[in-house]
Amino acid sequence: MTTALKTPKGIQWGRITRDGLWSNNVILSQTLALCPTLAVTGTATNGLGMGLATTAVLIVSNILVSLIRNVVTPEVRIPVYIVVIATLVTLVDLGLNAYAHELHKVLGLFIALIVVNCAILGRAESFASKNGVGAAALDGLMMGLGFTIVLMVLGGVREIIGSGTLFSGAALLLGQAMSFLELTLIPDYRGFLLAILPPGGFVALGFLLAGKRLIDRRAMRK
Amino acid sequence: MNATTWSEFRQGIGYQGLLLGVTVTMAATLLVVADRVTREPIAQRHAEDMNASLAQVIPPALHDNDLLANTVTLNDANGTPVQIYRALAGDRVTAVAFQVTGKGYAGDIDVILGLAADGKVLGARVLAHKETPGLGDKIEVAKGDWILAFDGRSLGDPPPARWAVKKDGGDFDQFSGATITPRAVVRALKGGLEFFATNRAVLTASPGNRQN
Repeated sequence: MTTALKTPKGIQWGRITRDGLWSNNVILSQTLALCPTLAVTGTATNGLGMGLATTAVLIVSNILVSLIRNVVTPEVRIPVYIVVIATLVTLVDLGLNAYAHELHKVLGLFIALIVVNCAILGRAESFASKNGVGAAALDGLMMGLGFTIVLMVLGGVREIIGSGTLFSGAALLLGQAMSFLELTLIPDYRGFLLAILPPGGFVALGFLLAGKRLIDRRAMRK
Repeated sequence: MNATTWSEFRQGIGYQGLLLGVTVTMAATLLVVADRVTREPIAQRHAEDMNASLAQVIPPALHDNDLLANTVTLNDANGTPVQIYRALAGDRVTAVAFQVTGKGYAGDIDVILGLAADGKVLGARVLAHKETPGLGDKIEVAKGDWILAFDGRSLGDPPPARWAVKKDGGDFDQFSGATITPRAVVRALKGGLEFFATNRAVLTASPGNRQN
């Protein structure tokens, strides 16, 4: 992990936002959370669902970890954070299942995967445990959004190449009002299976990582 | 306690053990409470889901009972218990529904199969599967109308030898690029029809004591 954030005086809004969305992006820079990433990004909708669920958990876990940061000693911090995060995810899972069942049917798969998302422990360890509650919440939000955007792009690329559609199933996740998002870009497309299967995920991710490096290098030269 | 002893205490194994213990106890307490609070609503939601699936394979007009209340359990040919939901009109069994399972490409495919008392398929719907998205998932009614091809069929229509996908010389379409998935579903449904034929007398017998 390459986070080099000093404990800030006041919240460094711009810095945290830039870090989360681009320069220290969970996937593009930290290359964390690849297991859930590659598993669910067969469509843009799934990427969006996973991203939003992760963002919610990331914000709350960052706040909790930041609140208890002065009580927890460095020697036992990892097990404490793991217990906090796993409990949180389980509570969200149970609550959604009981009181927002339709949403749970769509997101249920993603929620279980969040427990194994090392990006959440990563942020707890490298940011929330060293910063105030406000900064930690913002970091959770921005890291989550950065994660969501990359997941959605990755899902979109794989979906277009793999099945010729974009945002299929969006109405199930976001409600009927968002069904205009569902596009068939290539009618009568026979599909390109590799893009949907995990190897296609690795290939697409490789191009995204290379693309980010290219842009960063251009920016450096200027 | 002054500042130095406090920070010494914090360094000690006692504080760390205590910290871990308190954290885990709080987590466990929270989970127990949440589990107790949500158990009832979750069970209710699952019953609603089951009812919704059953309504797709047994038309509501065929019965006047609560399908979840009148179940019987029978063993299939392999000795696996099968829970059977019976649709009753008065005390006559008009239809039954039960779950069949096929071995798909990536794991079990659970299908709920509704049969009229005369053995005709009223409907079949996939409840859960792990097939490849974009290929095998066309067995879902949300992704394609393939599964509707079974409506109105029975064990004699088509004849048993043709209860297979076209690639195996049968009557039912496979998908381009996916044969294993539809083959598994066709086999599972055929198995379900055979199970019904074997146990027809028991399954359609009028239940003496209706309870709802």
